[in-house]
Amino acid sequence: MGEVIVITSGKGGVGKTTTTANLGTGFALMGKKVVLIDADIGLRNLDVVMGLENRIVYDLVDVTEGNCRLKQALIRDKRYETLYLLPAAQTRDKNAVSPDQMQKLCKDLAQDFDYVLIDCPAGIEQGFKNAIAGADRAVIVTTPEVSAVRDADRIIGLLEAEGKSNPKLIVNRIRPHMVKKGDMMDIDDIIEILAVDLLGIIPEDEYIVISTNRGEPAVVNPASAASTAYKNIVRRMMGENVPLMSMEAESGFFGRLKKIFGFKEG
Amino acid sequence: MFDLLQKLFGRETSKSKDIAKERLRLVLVHDRVNVSPQFMEVLKEDMIKAISNYMEINEKDMEVTLTQTNTSQVALVANIPVNRMKRGALPAE
Repeated sequence: MGEVIVITSGKGGVGKTTTTANLGTGFALMGKKVVLIDADIGLRNLDVVMGLENRIVYDLVDVTEGNCRLKQALIRDKRYETLYLLPAAQTRDKNAVSPDQMQKLCKDLAQDFDYVLIDCPAGIEQGFKNAIAGADRAVIVTTPEVSAVRDADRIIGLLEAEGKSNPKLIVNRIRPHMVKKGDMMDIDDIIEILAVDLLGIIPEDEYIVISTNRGEPAVVNPASAASTAYKNIVRRMMGENVPLMSMEAESGFFGRLKKIFGFKEG
Repeated sequence: MFDLLQKLFGRETSKSKDIAKERLRLVLVHDRVNVSPQFMEVLKEDMIKAISNYMEINEKDMEVTLTQTNTSQVALVANIPVNRMKRGALPAE
């Protein structure tokens, strides 16, 4: 019986889909059998971030409405043996599925997969309720900005109200040089305010844009700073004790030098 | 460069992350207790009504807000300037 994990944030644009794609691919790189569900019905995007947009035949709503069998709708990523995607429907809206249907779907998938990752839509309405319905645990993505942290706090409250307590936090797009100057909230500030456990931090990385252009998650490129961060998070989610990577080393001349010569951060 | 100039002329501005943190903290106090501005207004009016039995207060400059204590508890903070005590309202000794 696998684990069902929802990736959520409240605010849009903080990196839920990118995080889902990279963590999912990261699990596959570790040899785990993983399926990614795009729960953003009407605004599907996980397929393009994964580079699987040309292979969609059936989608999530086809499965819940019984137009196809679950196995038929799953797209296997040819690059990684154990990675699958269940795409969202693009021509329907959030009300096309119910929390009960999502719960059943997640349960069915958890029979066959080690990890089921759900990419949650932004907002706190029906789409959010559907996405979290079948999840065993939640990962919250935020960025070091007032608006994103505020929304994360709201999501933490709503998850708790739904009986999904103890979510884990990923702080995305940290810019070490701005933190150093005191112009960006640091991890301690955010953790203190939200009072949740930290799962990991992802440094701002231009390579994310390139990887999205190509439809190939950044986690597979060892030269990307975000790649190491994603891999560390994957290992933590698998129960390993991996220390936080130092952000200092990622910035500045020596950081770049280290990256050029391929030294890896803890 | 601009930073350096500011420091040279002694105009040390507070770090923007501290401003962010403070603003977040305040907005979250209200988000978390889930009270509307109307609720605060009604509460304020009731407080004025009660207090006016005992003293004359400056309603214009009165402030009633929610805030957070160091121990992360929500606190109701009222700053109520008093113009005059109403002697007659005091209980007889």
